Amino acid sequence: MQPVQAKNVKIEEEKILGPWQLAWIRLKRNKLAMVGLYTLIFMVFVSVFGPMISPYKMETLDLSNISSPPSLTHPLGTDEVGRDVLTRVMYAGRISLSVGVVAVIISVVIGSIVGAISGYYGGIVDAIIMRIVDIFMCFPFLPLLIMIAAVMSDYKVHPDYRIYVVMFIIGILSWPGLSRLIRGQILALREQEFIQAAEALGLRDRRKIIRHLLPNTLSSIIVSATLEVAGAILTESSLSYLGLGVTPPTPSWGNMVNVVTDAYVFQFHPWRWVPPGLCIFITVMAINLLGDGLRDALDPKLKH
Amino acid sequence: MRQYITRRLLEMIPVLLGISIMIFVIFQLAPGDPVSAIVDPKTSAATKAKLREQLHLNEPIIVQYKYWIMDILKGNWGESFYYKQPVTKVINSFLWNSFYLSLASFILSALLSIPIGVLSATKQYSKFDYVFTVIALIGISMPSFFFGLLLIKWFAVDIKLFPVSGMTNPGSTATGFALFKEVMHHMALPLVVLTFGSLAGLMRYTRSSMLEVIRQDYIRTARAKGLKEKVVIYKHALRNALIPVVTIFGMSLPGLFSGAIITEQIFNWPGIGPIELQAVNTRDYYLLMGINMLLAFLTLLGNLIADVTYAIVDPRIRLK
Repeated sequence: MQPVQAKNVKIEEEKILGPWQLAWIRLKRNKLAMVGLYTLIFMVFVSVFGPMISPYKMETLDLSNISSPPSLTHPLGTDEVGRDVLTRVMYAGRISLSVGVVAVIISVVIGSIVGAISGYYGGIVDAIIMRIVDIFMCFPFLPLLIMIAAVMSDYKVHPDYRIYVVMFIIGILSWPGLSRLIRGQILALREQEFIQAAEALGLRDRRKIIRHLLPNTLSSIIVSATLEVAGAILTESSLSYLGLGVTPPTPSWGNMVNVVTDAYVFQFHPWRWVPPGLCIFITVMAINLLGDGLRDALDPKLKH
Repeated sequence: MRQYITRRLLEMIPVLLGISIMIFVIFQLAPGDPVSAIVDPKTSAATKAKLREQLHLNEPIIVQYKYWIMDILKGNWGESFYYKQPVTKVINSFLWNSFYLSLASFILSALLSIPIGVLSATKQYSKFDYVFTVIALIGISMPSFFFGLLLIKWFAVDIKLFPVSGMTNPGSTATGFALFKEVMHHMALPLVVLTFGSLAGLMRYTRSSMLEVIRQDYIRTARAKGLKEKVVIYKHALRNALIPVVTIFGMSLPGLFSGAIITEQIFNWPGIGPIELQAVNTRDYYLLMGINMLLAFLTLLGNLIADVTYAIVDPRIRLK
């Protein structure tokens, strides 16, 4: 839409807003959601740019200054080999956030394709796909994840590449819920007139699904994808905390909390494990607030 | 009803088969020789070969799967090489500890979440509603391991109000009520973590279900005929609002056995969680496969129970 010129007749009040603009206005009115959005932007910003301006590198050792409590030079103290905890927390943020986002992208791609195919074709295809989804959904998520992560660990994946494995596992296990949601919506959309029109125009199935059906489910996809990022970050951190996800030397918020296995650190050096734990909590909370707001703004029907 | 349950039970068979195939394949993907993992390194090659023969490891995968699944059906779930005991026995000795902890949390969260949800709905957008919405979100967003650690630090290490871990005092010989008290004392902190995590979902669910119900016509009718607000809410609205909540409770039944892996691990509660993680670390594959099969079965059963209770409490639903 062309921006309305100031000299034009005053038509601003009658300006026709697109659904996305309307959603944005609704979102902006939701204070909690905006708090979530700004917090999230802050966390992403600090994780991405923080390490660049930090005077320390992730692996800078300073053996003369080990396990020191927070001070002006090290706002969050140092660890047992003198690395700056704040810098590591920021690097870990990059890892944890990217695992969350990539895992969800994988899950959304699989989930929407499978859901769309299942909903569009129906019949035997749908029955088979939904049985497979059932199998995935009946599986207690965490035990399955732990089991796969254990088997993966046996392949001795290099720590640098483990994060890709973790992204992949979480992504590949979390699509069924989304695919069910998409399927349900496609089932209803398929019967509407615009699809009959597409049919009459002789469009191919693939085009109908990708250009006409899936875009109509976009708002639910966005809402559940946002909330899923929160879930994926929690899952990654739990897995890394247990030593089955991202492993040191690559820092992630989860494996940084793992230092508590040392009872002395747990009791007397809280600056080493509380900040990464708080980061997980704050980030996940921010995403959940934003996701809830998005649901109210985009998809009033979905609102619980 | 009986017909419906029978059909659902029959439908569980292919799903369980699918799950068993998935579990089996995942373990087939594990690298290395299972025999070398089981026996100590000094064992002679001949003994190993014999063991391979016994475990059918020389056969094609499909045949191996057949042996495994037949054994599972016969109740022979293999032997845990860490505990040197049948898998079923190991699971049985830890499963109930998980169950007690989760059951307590289940009851506590029901007792808290339903009243809070109802109040939030009747006072929608009030301060009360707002505060509990935020608390619910905190509950969902807090990583259970981190929350658990904070509680241990504050209440067990710093002010020594509760024990750090375990289910009973080391070397405890308490029985009867003393034992119960001791277990409760140990249970307090893990219970708080578990309940806080599950509270949010139930609370919000009750709230939304209640909100939907109180907007219905029959509630207006009840008010119009002059009933007290209390009666309207607690007698007329609540009954219908609780119907979907019952389903959610049903669906969390399997979680009673499996939902607490991380919390149990943090508090070293002797349940399925720590055992599963230990089995992961020691690569105790038969035990892991057994635990996962059991959990999957319980999940299916929980879903069925959820659907059936739904039909029982809501006469509008007819099961076919």
